[in-house]
This record gives sequence, structure tokens and C-alpha cells, in this order.
Amino acid sequence: MSSKKEPQAGKPKADFSRRGFLRGAGIGGGVLGTGLLEPEAQAEPQASPAMLGPGEIPITLTINGKPHKLSLEPRVTLLDALRERLELTGAKRVCDRGTCGACTVILDGKAMYSCTVLAVDAQGKQIQTVEGLTAGARPHPIIAAFVNHDGMQCGYCTPGFVVAAKAFLDRNPSPTYDQVKAGLGGNLCRCGTYVGVRQAVLEAAKELKGGRNA
Amino acid sequence: MPNYAYPPMETRRVMGKRISRQDGTAKASGKAKYNSDVRPPGTVHAALLTCPYAHARVRSIDTREAEQLQGVTAVRVIGVAGRELNWAGAEVAVVSAVTEEIARDAVRRIKVDYEVLPHLVREENLARAGSRAKPAGEQVTGDPDKAFQEAEVMHQGEYGIPVITHCCLEPHGQTVAWQGDKVEFWPSTQNIAGIGTDLAKNLELPVTAVHSHMDYIGGGFGSKFASDLWGVEAARLSKASGGKPVKLYLDRAAELTIAGVRPSLYARIRIAARRDGTLTAWESQSWATGGYGGGGINADLLPYVYRNVPNRRINHSAVSTNCGGARAWRAPNHPQLSYITCAPMDDLADKLKMDSLDFFLKNADFTVRPAVYRAQLQKAAEMIEWKKRWHPRGDSGPGHIKRGVGLAVGTWQGAGHGSNCRANIHPDGSVEVELASQDLGTGTRTIIAQVAAESLGLPINAIQVKIGDSGLPQSGASGGSTTVGGVSASTRKATLNALEKLLEAVAGGLGAPLDQLEAVDGKIQVKGNPAKSLTWKAACQKLGVRTISETGNHNPQNAMGLSTAGVGGVHMADVSVDIETGVVRMNKVAAVNDCGNVINPKLAESQVLGGVIMGVCAALMEQRVMDEMTGRVLNADMEFYKLAGIGDIGEIVVHMDITPDHDKRGVIGLGEPSTVPTIAAIANAVTNAIGVRAPVLPLTPRHVLAALERRSA
Repeated sequence: MSSKKEPQAGKPKADFSRRGFLRGAGIGGGVLGTGLLEPEAQAEPQASPAMLGPGEIPITLTINGKPHKLSLEPRVTLLDALRERLELTGAKRVCDRGTCGACTVILDGKAMYSCTVLAVDAQGKQIQTVEGLTAGARPHPIIAAFVNHDGMQCGYCTPGFVVAAKAFLDRNPSPTYDQVKAGLGGNLCRCGTYVGVRQAVLEAAKELKGGRNA
Repeated sequence: MPNYAYPPMETRRVMGKRISRQDGTAKASGKAKYNSDVRPPGTVHAALLTCPYAHARVRSIDTREAEQLQGVTAVRVIGVAGRELNWAGAEVAVVSAVTEEIARDAVRRIKVDYEVLPHLVREENLARAGSRAKPAGEQVTGDPDKAFQEAEVMHQGEYGIPVITHCCLEPHGQTVAWQGDKVEFWPSTQNIAGIGTDLAKNLELPVTAVHSHMDYIGGGFGSKFASDLWGVEAARLSKASGGKPVKLYLDRAAELTIAGVRPSLYARIRIAARRDGTLTAWESQSWATGGYGGGGINADLLPYVYRNVPNRRINHSAVSTNCGGARAWRAPNHPQLSYITCAPMDDLADKLKMDSLDFFLKNADFTVRPAVYRAQLQKAAEMIEWKKRWHPRGDSGPGHIKRGVGLAVGTWQGAGHGSNCRANIHPDGSVEVELASQDLGTGTRTIIAQVAAESLGLPINAIQVKIGDSGLPQSGASGGSTTVGGVSASTRKATLNALEKLLEAVAGGLGAPLDQLEAVDGKIQVKGNPAKSLTWKAACQKLGVRTISETGNHNPQNAMGLSTAGVGGVHMADVSVDIETGVVRMNKVAAVNDCGNVINPKLAESQVLGGVIMGVCAALMEQRVMDEMTGRVLNADMEFYKLAGIGDIGEIVVHMDITPDHDKRGVIGLGEPSTVPTIAAIANAVTNAIGVRAPVLPLTPRHVLAALERRSA
């Protein structure tokens, strides 16, 4: 599906704001944790909507530091672009409407539900997926801690938890037990792995602070 | 024939160790490919049109506009004109297209004219079910009439536990390619060995035509055994699309509407005891729905666990409703029966002015495992600090936060299923163990590797486990907590059979008879004489170009002591309830679960923790809500179909008796028994806290506040 064509001159007029939509609709489902929108998002001026499509348009996504060119309809979510167009299947489609966190990615430093972000809106942003945590032979300390504490069973929610934990620990490197419970509250598991997840995030925090593999 | 018995616990090197799951890094890093991640070249995507009415007949269906949409590869009609559809969500048509978005567009272009028919979607009120309720025959033991007449203390009440869904995170579905006379099938299934047979039958193909593959499954819990209508139709779409692979996974709404539920159970209970607390009689008039087919509950198991109460009368009606059908749900029957039994027992203890723990202990002789339950009740009581925390109802102290404890019991079978395994030892020393089994997240891959490593005297990373392919030796479906017992036994036999061939090959060189050789610490050595040994690799080199390939079979009728069945379990809960808001907070659950030979305590504990957490969800949050007016599921999504989050579960402590006494029973499955008693334990804890029973689950603020209101009225 990837297109060899250059994106249209200049940045596609994709700046009609998904966050603006979220704000207008009064749901904070795209933002993890408390569901509160960030202050800068609140302050962002509302850009005028622009018409894109129908039909496929070329876009470029910067994922784990690398640009990916692809051609897709503007209605395609970031999650579906990752999974169905780029083979980046670590993010899972579960609830498909911003509740469960299985599709969590990090967008410009913030954990986001990729099922509630349009792929076109993710252009120009740094997208980090679970695949980006695996560089080199040694597993990332967060992944190692999830394995060590058996913070998984079927594993379908696990990459979402790992990415959410990464974003959480980036902002809060020394969390308390209660902060872990609140900070990972945007992800759901059906098998019941939360006990291991709590321990894993605390251990990962210690490992990362040790600076051994940050 | 080798001696298949496991070595004594204390001498095991790999089994019994807290080894991390072998596929943990693959899962946590997102590298593990679930079948919903699999997209072979040329894959087209399918979408499903479902019936919006709970009961309707199709007058006509017009798919022309869908077929004309650019990008559509095939359209198939399931709900042909004249077809009666018996629940909202029933499959009407299915479309494949080059993208999922186009497939969904095409579905929206299908025009269906329905004749809407009357429906029944709620069963809480049996009187309104009319002819849709089918009574089963009455079961009587002893003389319940006389016992109730002579009862010194009696309690009666109504209790209910609603329909809940499996809510597997990976939805039901598959990718399937039907080319010529061959079908390649990538389903999300608990039954890799058998699901292809099911699909072949539905497609009227020979069983050998279907090849099923699955490396990982994102949750099943009893709902993923069959090929399902969507699997069959996806295969037909593939054929109609020139053999292109078709990917069809249910969206979340369909997943929560038609992919299986756990039956409800409602009951009017009478229960009697002597003043000293000895149970004398049980009577239940219960009803349940498992969807259009009715039933799904075996009420003859009442009173649950305390089955040998001398006088009992059981009546049960199965209510047919216009709702998506029931499927096996982690420990079918048991959580509902545990609640319907343990809640009235707890209420009777209150009437007797007895501590519930004393009451359950006093009547332990009415269970089939009195010694087990007594010991478990006492152990769990210690763990939850029962004597410190329990108080008579209504004696919860001042303030609006009330704390209480509750307990409940459970049981399960869990013997190993039929299983075949093949073990290959290659001349380069590498070892493969192959079974058409699946790892539901329980850690099946890991325990297979542990058994093989133990049997061959190798480290766990020397074993390559191959599962998830129907071409491998057939092993049972993963249901009933039967997998661990089955695959461990067949793996044990296959690996020891293969080892015997290796020992035969090297016995001459080591100058010792076969029965004097052993495989330990990566060596083949003469027993008691490590000096006379060959490294594993050197021994395997003696095979020349020959690979040893031996099989092992586990037959449940002749388990040879490797696996057995029958466990008890006791859970106790400690909760706090805010009587102003009705919000229940979990403080702690103590889970005491019976076990046999535990191959991996870390993974076994995870099973129990997961079972408890599922119980927390069901006790406090989960219910499928049907709308009486439209006949549809109101909460077919994950905002309003509530699951517990990481902050909702409190502390959980697990106890298993991993001892030689338990070990010699053989391997017993843990997945199901670990979820059975939690719900009733929490419900009884809430009752203890607030002093009044909220009889219908889940214990949402609404139900808790309603119960408090009834008390003050």
C-alpha cells in the first residue's frame, strides 16, 4: 500500500483538529490516565476544517524515527494504518473507540489511543509504537520487567500496557504504587494480569533510573 | 517401556521452578503474531451485516448496490428472504472488499426489509417468560417437606446473577484462504486440532483439505472452539474472491452481542438448619437463560459443593430469550451455582447468629471433600484475618465507609485431555516437541518445555516447542482446564520414549546396560558414575544422520498417575463500601486453591490471580444489559460493558499447597477453579459490610443503594 509519490506540496491540510473534536464532543477518550486534556491542547486555536479525500491520499508518518510513505483514505485511523498498511501489529484493535488502551502509542511524548487518532492527523508528529522499544538484542527494561513479573497472560493487551508504562515512566520516573494504579488506569486486561503489571512497572522504574538501559 | 512417573519433587531441576513464560518477550514487545495480526499477501477484508431486531423475518434483501461498489470482491447473503432471525446481531450478509473501510461501506448499501416479530429479551421476571420458560423435571432427595416443617431456623430469599459476556480482547474471527481443494485457515481458537475438522464439515470438504495455524490467541475463556458461521462465510467469500485470503474479525459490538455469553441464574431459595447450625434442607426454584436455545445451567448441582444436604428439592426452568447464545464460560455453571448457594448459606448463618466461617466449617461433612474444605477454610481465614475482620451484620461501626468480609467455596475437575506429542532428537543435539495444542495465555508452551527439559536432563532453552498447527500430532481442545494435564503427560511420554532410543544408541559406547543410564545436567551418564558420561551433543552425534522421532499418547482413561481430577477451593474477600455512594472497594482477596503437581508455580499463580480478577469484574461490574423495547444489547462496547481496571482489584494473595502429598496426585488444571468462588465471596463481604443483602449482581452502586434503601424503608 505504500506510495512512491511525494506527499502533496506542503503539509496536507490535515490540521482540522482531532483534539478540537474531542474537546467539542466533551470526551477525553483519546488521552490516557485521567482523561483530562492537556492545557496546551485547550489553548490551541481551532484550525479551520479542510476537505481531504474522498479516496486515498498520500501521507507520511514518522514512526519510531523513520518516515513511512503511504496512501490511504483520510478516514483511516492511525491504528488501522499501523496494523493493516504497515505490519506494525503490536498495537491491537480491541474496543476501537478509546476505552481499553490496547492500541496505545506515544504521539509527541504523550500516550494516545491510536484508534481515536486519524492517520492524516498524525503527520508531522513523532509516533512511537511498541516496536520502537525493541532495538538491539536486549529487551527494553519495561518489557523485561513485564516478563519477569508475568504481567501478561494471553498477551493481547500487553503491548498497550508496555507503551502506556513507557509514557507514564517518562513523565514520572519514580512513581509510587498508587501512582502506578492511577497512571495505568487507561488500559484494560481481560485475563486479569494487573498484579504482575503493577510489580513490573515499579521494577522497570527502578531499572530505568539506574540508567542501565534508558 | 520407560518409567513415566515424575522424579521426586525435590530432585526436579526444571519442573516446579518459577520460570518466566518462554514467549513473554515476544508478547510484551508486540512481536507475537496473533491471527488477527496475520495478513497473507493479497488479503481482502470482510464486514458483517447483522440483524437490528431481536426477532424478525427477512421479507427481502437487495445486495445490488453493494456488489456494484468499486473494490468489493464478493457478497454473500445469509438471511435469505423468508429466513427467521431470532436475536439482534444474527448474521444477515457478509461482504469482502480490498479494504475494511470499503467492506463496511458495502454493508451499509445492502437493503433489507424485515417483518419485525415479538421478542423476549429479559428473563429476571420468570412470570413474564410464559411459554418461553421450559421447566426441567423436579429432583427430590430425602423428604424436604418434612424437613422444612421441622426446621428450627429457616431462611428464604431471591438471588440473581446476570448474563455476562466473554469479552475476549482479540475478537472472534479468522483469516481464511480457499484455493482449489485446499483451505488455509488462521482462526482465533482454543481448538487448533479440531477447528479445521469443524470447518471442513461445514464446507463439505474432506477434513484433510483444511490446514489450521495459530501461534497466539488473544483470549477465549470457553468461547472459541467452533469454526462459526463467520468462519464458514469467510471461507466462501474467499472462494468467491478467486481464492484471496479473507480476513473477518467481529467488531466489538458484534463480539459482545453474538460471540457467546455466560448464562444467567436467578433463584428462589429456601434453606433450613437446626439451631446448632447443621443444615437440614435445601429447596430451589431457579431459572436461567443462555439465549434462544434456553438453558445452559445444570441446576442439579445445587446446593453447590454442599451437595449432601439430606433433604433437597430442585426445580429449574430454562428460559429462551431473543439474545445471542451462550457458550462455555470459564468454569461453566460453577460461579453462578457458587453464588446461588453460598449467598443463602451466608444469610442463613446470619439468622442463626453464627459466624459464617463457623457455619461453613460445621457443615463441611456435606461436601464431597470435608477435609480439603476444612483445611482451606482455615487457611483462607488466616490469610484474610477473618477472626479480626468478621463482625455480625449491622455492626460495622460509625462513619459512611463500612468494611466487611465474606467467603465462598468452589470445585472443579481438571483432568488432562487426550493428547499426542512427538519428540524429535536430532543428530546436532537439538530437540523439538510437537503437538497440535494451543497456549491460551496459561503458559502451555512453557510447561511443555519444562516437562521435556526435565525428562531429557536439559536446560529449558534446549527445547523447541512447536504448537498451533493442525498438522502436528493431535491434542485436545483447551476447555475444562484439561490442557496442562494432557500436554504434560503426552510430552513426558514422548520425550522419555525418544530418550530411550538415544540411550540405546550410546549404551554400547558407555559400556552399561540401558537401565543403568540416565540423562542429567546435559549429559548421558552411567547412574552414580558421572565420570562415565557423554555430553548431550556428543551422544546425539552418535545418531549419525538419523533423527529420533518418537510419540507419546495421553489417554484420560489410563492416566498412569500423571494427571488427575477433582479440586476444592475457598476464596475470602475483604471490602469497604461507601453507604452514601454505594461504591464497593476491594481491599483484599485471599484465594486458597487446591492443586496437584504444579509444573510452574509462577504461571499457576497467574492463573489464580486472573481467576480472582475476573471474579471481581463479575461481582462488581459486569452485566449484559438488554433493552426491553428494542431488544438490543445496550452496552455492546467497552465503555459500558465494565471491566475492572488496574486500580480496582485491591490486594490478592494466593495459596496453593505445593507439597509431596499434593504432587503425587498428578497434574490438575487450575484455570477454571480459580475463578469460581470469588464472586460469592465478594457478595458475602459486601453483605457483611452493609448489613443487608443486595441479592442481584453485579454490586453496582445502584444495586447496593437499593438494598440499603430497602433496609431503611
